[in-house]
Amino acid sequence: MLEPLLRVENLRIELPTRRGVLTAIDDISFAIAPGEVLGVVGESGAGKSLTGTAIIGLLEPPLRIAGGRITLAGRRIDNLPSEAMRRIRGREIGAIFQDPLTSLNPLYTIGRQLVETIRTHLDLSPAAARDQALALLREVGIAGAEARIDHYPHQFSGGMRQRVVIALAIAANPRLIIADEPTTALDVSIQAQIIALLKRLCRDHGTAIMLVTHDMGVIAETAHRVAVMYAGRIVEIGAVAEIVAHPRHPYTRGLMDSIPRIGGRRQRLRQIDGAMPRLGAIPAGCPFNQRCPEVADRCRRQRPDLLPAAGTEAACWLYDKVLLPAQEAFDG
Amino acid sequence: MSLLDASNPPAWLDGGSWTYPLGTDNQGRDVLSAILYGSRLSLFVGSLAVLLALLIGVTLGLLAGWCGGLTDTIIMRIADVKLSFPAILLALLIDGVVRGMLPRDAQSEIASYVLIAAIALSFWVQYARTVRALTLVERNKEYIQAARVIGVHPAKIVLGHLLPNVIGPILVIATINLALAILTEATLSFLGVGLPPTQPSLGTLIRNGNDYLFSGDWWISIFPGVVLAVLILSVNLLGDWLRDAFNPKLR
Amino acid sequence: MAEPETLLHVEELHRSFDVSLPAIERLMRGKKRATLKAVDGISFTMRRGETFALVGESGCGKSTVARLVVGLYRPTSGRVVFAGQELARLKSRKAAAPLRRRLQMIFQDPYASLNPRWQVKRIIAEPLRTHRLVASEAALRQRVAELLLQVRLSPVDGDKFPHEFSGGQRQRISIARALASNPEFLVCDEPTSALDVSVQAQILNLMKDLQRQLGLTYLFISHNLAVIYQMSDRVGVMYLGRLVEIASAERLFAAPRHPYTQLLLDTIPSIEITGREREPVGGEVPNPINPPPGCSFHPRCPFAYERCRRERPELIDVGGTLVACHAVEEDRLPQARAYTEYET
Repeated sequence: MLEPLLRVENLRIELPTRRGVLTAIDDISFAIAPGEVLGVVGESGAGKSLTGTAIIGLLEPPLRIAGGRITLAGRRIDNLPSEAMRRIRGREIGAIFQDPLTSLNPLYTIGRQLVETIRTHLDLSPAAARDQALALLREVGIAGAEARIDHYPHQFSGGMRQRVVIALAIAANPRLIIADEPTTALDVSIQAQIIALLKRLCRDHGTAIMLVTHDMGVIAETAHRVAVMYAGRIVEIGAVAEIVAHPRHPYTRGLMDSIPRIGGRRQRLRQIDGAMPRLGAIPAGCPFNQRCPEVADRCRRQRPDLLPAAGTEAACWLYDKVLLPAQEAFDG
Repeated sequence: MSLLDASNPPAWLDGGSWTYPLGTDNQGRDVLSAILYGSRLSLFVGSLAVLLALLIGVTLGLLAGWCGGLTDTIIMRIADVKLSFPAILLALLIDGVVRGMLPRDAQSEIASYVLIAAIALSFWVQYARTVRALTLVERNKEYIQAARVIGVHPAKIVLGHLLPNVIGPILVIATINLALAILTEATLSFLGVGLPPTQPSLGTLIRNGNDYLFSGDWWISIFPGVVLAVLILSVNLLGDWLRDAFNPKLR
Repeated sequence: MAEPETLLHVEELHRSFDVSLPAIERLMRGKKRATLKAVDGISFTMRRGETFALVGESGCGKSTVARLVVGLYRPTSGRVVFAGQELARLKSRKAAAPLRRRLQMIFQDPYASLNPRWQVKRIIAEPLRTHRLVASEAALRQRVAELLLQVRLSPVDGDKFPHEFSGGQRQRISIARALASNPEFLVCDEPTSALDVSVQAQILNLMKDLQRQLGLTYLFISHNLAVIYQMSDRVGVMYLGRLVEIASAERLFAAPRHPYTQLLLDTIPSIEITGREREPVGGEVPNPINPPPGCSFHPRCPFAYERCRRERPELIDVGGTLVACHAVEEDRLPQARAYTEYET
């Protein structure tokens, strides 16, 4: 069992407001192994982007980490002073955000931005840094890199810009990349190219990726494992193939069922009635108890932690060992 | 009022009495009463001027933003021309023209209205520009497109949908402008081209009192000045409150 | 049974936008006028009761077509004929009103499509008031309550403001507004693209139910092929302002003919195929201001040759599918792959 590269333990993120303290992330734990792609999937408000932001140390006040720890390669990073965190950011952890348009400074050529990033983290002369930048551009598949390195961001199309952003993220060869909705703003045919690029980089450099998205299809194609988030909690985590084929948690089941797919019968999509509770309106016990088709009394009183559930882990009382025999009969 | 009571200091100083709490001016007029009347006149002139400027500016701004094309160009060029004149200069110009056209007695009657018009014509451009910019943005939003698809009359769209959504920043500008308008009126009256001395406004009061500042009768100028400052502060706070009250998200 | 009537007929529709720099700048830089051909010759027909989908990536012109159909834009050339009448030809608002009543639109952005300062009941009542469809205030209130219930909201929601609702609920309000005038035809411009997946399922189900209950006809615009698969009877694939393939949903997904359609179907990240290794087709959608000559897809097409660079292909009927492709016409394509089993 490989020592995990990133370990998040009992992370809590709070948001103090005038009306009281709201809990945005409520005690989540997971790990990412070196070279692994972990998908974090969930709907808006579930807290997936927030988790990524917290790991990379870019939480905006008044949001704050109120509990738990984050360790990178054995070293604790959630309580570092900002200067130390700044050095880690980029060098050890890279980031790719959703909108390539705003991730790049429109006033500087991409060459300059690349060189600046490289020289911030690696001790290279300007000429060496430029060579490195060219190599990076070629690696992310930008044709004619010698000419394009001196172009401005607006001279690139959306897909090309995202490739540049990826180049920036891997410039210092980080061990972990946090990718927050990297393909959502792109056309479908370009999405496929970017996914292929990320997978190739992951393989060639041994970089681990935390892929945050709401698009299960992207996760299915790219990730090894996936964590499903709901209202600030992880409700299920496990191997992608397993979760896609046999989702255990009722929310994951509902989510999988509501995704329209091509092929098979065209029938009414299964839907989950209601909506994810907003911060401050999260019920006691299991956060999904208001919408769960299999809710029991216990679900309203006690909050389940992740329990082993035949191949994955699911935070659901259905998988409490006491109920297991009944569960097997249910699954059939 | 009697000349015998001229130049009395405020009540709490030697020589003053409580008949004239804030003292009297050089002609024996009670400063407190003068301030009360003067504030009323200042507010009157200021508010009407801003209202008129709002009317002109918002209408032209909406027209320019909604119609676009030639209408927009014409209105904006007129606005540019107006901007090359400073407010005071414009007011002086209008005032001078009107004085030249009318006989003496008619002048003092309509002086306040001429002043209102002059101030309004100086201030309308900022409303027009702001409204036009906001209109250009809102126009392409989908709720406006939805109204067009339904077949709502364009006037109804502009007044019912567009106007409520662009008016917010305007109200804030308007209240700041109210303060400015009062100040402009005061300045103009101070310079002698605003209201005649028979109609006291805070500006004329300050002007009158100015001559006596150095001879020691400070209360004739200072009290109106303080009141002017407090008036402007309250108007600004009112503006902030109005803007928040109009925001449905904060209800 | 009689053939369902043709409700919408779009013929040789063109729409261009002038995107030149302002006159002075243009002269100074010596540049020519630039025109963006958003819609470059679209023709299709829709029958009453069906759902016709327009699918394509960004810049293909599908949103522009939606706005042309509903009358927000006037065509540069060509005709949009709804129920036998051309909306663009009707000069006055009064003349256009009866047509507008029957033809409504649902927009993509649930946050921008409702006036943030109006109460929900006023938003929904607007079509009723504009077309004077109800006689009294009481009748108006009742109709608004009916509409709210129809979209599975509660009548008390009428007193609230849009910002008090979630994205999915706002889309329901948009739908209620669109249904207020009892239309026959709804243009739906990416109605669920801004919504979460589980909310999307609710809205799509609602739309299907409403279609059945009220006999509606949908022109459904989307970039999401899976949603289109679920919702539509016939599909038109657009690329750079042109229709490259029109087919029934079952034929399109089972046997896509145009290389671009095949590319789209190939590249959708798919849940079924976990960990799939594939090399996606390269290239990106070209700039619509300077489209490639001839067939606009030829730079990315694996089957392109000389003729494709010179000559623009027209739609031809190939076994029930309309395709605009020289390679298909000349039978040069390998056997159309069966993409999926389509069962009804």
